[in-house]
Amino acid sequence: MGMNPNVQVIIGRLKLKNPVLVASGTFGYAQEFTHFIDLKKLGAIVTKTITLHPRKGNPAPRTCETPAGMLNSIGLENPGLEVFIQEKLPFLKKIGVPIIISIASEEDPEEFIVLVKRLTKIKEASAIELNISCPNIGHKSLIAQDSKAAYNLIRAVRKVTTKTLITKLSPNVTDITEAALAAQNAGSDAISLINTLTGMSIDVETKKPRLSTITGGLSGPAIRPIAVRMVWEVYQKIKIPIIGMGGIIDTFSALEFFLAGATAIAIGSANFVQPRITIEIIAGLKKYLAENKIKDIRVLVGALKV
Amino acid sequence: MVLKTPRISRQALPGQFLEIKVADSYEPFLRRPFGVHRVRGENLEILYEVVGKATEILAQKKAGEYLDVIGPLGNGFRLNITHSTLNILVAGGMGVAPLMFLAEKLAETKHQVLIGAKTKSQIFCEKEFQDLGSDVKISTDDGSQGFKGKVTDLLQKILPHAISHKPLAIYACGPRPMLQEISRISKKYNIPAQISLEEHMACGIGACLGCVVNTRAGYARVCKEGPVFDADKIVW
Repeated sequence: MGMNPNVQVIIGRLKLKNPVLVASGTFGYAQEFTHFIDLKKLGAIVTKTITLHPRKGNPAPRTCETPAGMLNSIGLENPGLEVFIQEKLPFLKKIGVPIIISIASEEDPEEFIVLVKRLTKIKEASAIELNISCPNIGHKSLIAQDSKAAYNLIRAVRKVTTKTLITKLSPNVTDITEAALAAQNAGSDAISLINTLTGMSIDVETKKPRLSTITGGLSGPAIRPIAVRMVWEVYQKIKIPIIGMGGIIDTFSALEFFLAGATAIAIGSANFVQPRITIEIIAGLKKYLAENKIKDIRVLVGALKV
Repeated sequence: MVLKTPRISRQALPGQFLEIKVADSYEPFLRRPFGVHRVRGENLEILYEVVGKATEILAQKKAGEYLDVIGPLGNGFRLNITHSTLNILVAGGMGVAPLMFLAEKLAETKHQVLIGAKTKSQIFCEKEFQDLGSDVKISTDDGSQGFKGKVTDLLQKILPHAISHKPLAIYACGPRPMLQEISRISKKYNIPAQISLEEHMACGIGACLGCVVNTRAGYARVCKEGPVFDADKIVW
């Protein structure tokens, strides 16, 4: 007893007091969770993705349940950069944990540069996550699906900021390591793995798609084995830290990601089901480490026995 | 189903809902929303029809079991906003569920309850409303009980008489086409109507932005800004 294992991890220039984050788009701008948890206990908060201009988002239905998970097609609804800074950021900065701002472009990848330049001037933006992998904004292909385009974009962004840059990659690719290497080589400080997988569900009675946009992003425990596999593949190829996510619902599913090579993890859809799950997993990880006499969570990273 | 939920029972208002995790497994993965049907001291009742996996599992629960419940959630009905002398509650099918709780709060006021369904066997809570002292009228599509036709047709039939009681207020819950018709009637007769909407929800707490409805002010979350909306705010 009395053992107090280290759970502090480092992502780029960010020091996190624990490695449990929330996945972008599953936590709003944190306000909705104040009734449920002490937000100060989180490792970091990743915001819902912000675009330069406000986005209305897609028509309903935007979500539907699928086996062991769900599909969503929100369409990056958000108030736009300036409203976010004025109305959402003041609450976030008061929490006292690192705030990672997720951003995306709508039409022109140049929007990333404008967003990053503006956020670079904002002290409370602890880091920036480049969401180049949202499947629900009507583009035929994603930046994350073209390693060359991803490389060029991240490189351009890297030139205009010293903030920690995290690139969120898409699992909808043939070789995830190619995209991860491109991100690393372009100067990304870390990568987030994985965004949702493109999926589709049909109401057989009406013969209609169950989402207004026909296809959407699949998340939840259904995608976990794919996410763990991708973290493992990428871990062996790159040196920058991985933030692992995809279907984590408890301490044991979180541990899978550390063993596969993640330095930190993010909770996504599970926030919808159990709004307190992040806090439970933080406590669960500490308990696991203490019980197994592991002094530092970093010992587990990539500790898969093969 | 009766739930012993002291804290929620104390706070719940008509039109608010609960998010219930019906099983520990992944099937179903998400919680399901249920309107508050009635509150009796510490006990809270929900009313549901078995329509899918989640309600099937719920129906198999035994007395004394624990359920994982979040609530009360959302914005409910605002009472007596117009100091109306006559409140008309319009329920389509299972739409009676949240309106019972509302009727209890309105029991002291003059109110009518219109319940509509496809057929007689799908009319719920008629007696319970009558026990409250509600003036209950029934409609069925096939004419097997009460007025033959849609409940909104029944509403239009009684309005010319009811209108002498102005100011009136309409409160409605039911299928979307019914609520759309309620909006039209509300506008035509210039009677304020509050409607309780349903949409697929993932979180129920305003985080996922999944359950939106189109309003004059843009998309609004059914779980957070709703589920009860002023009918004239909705863009159908």
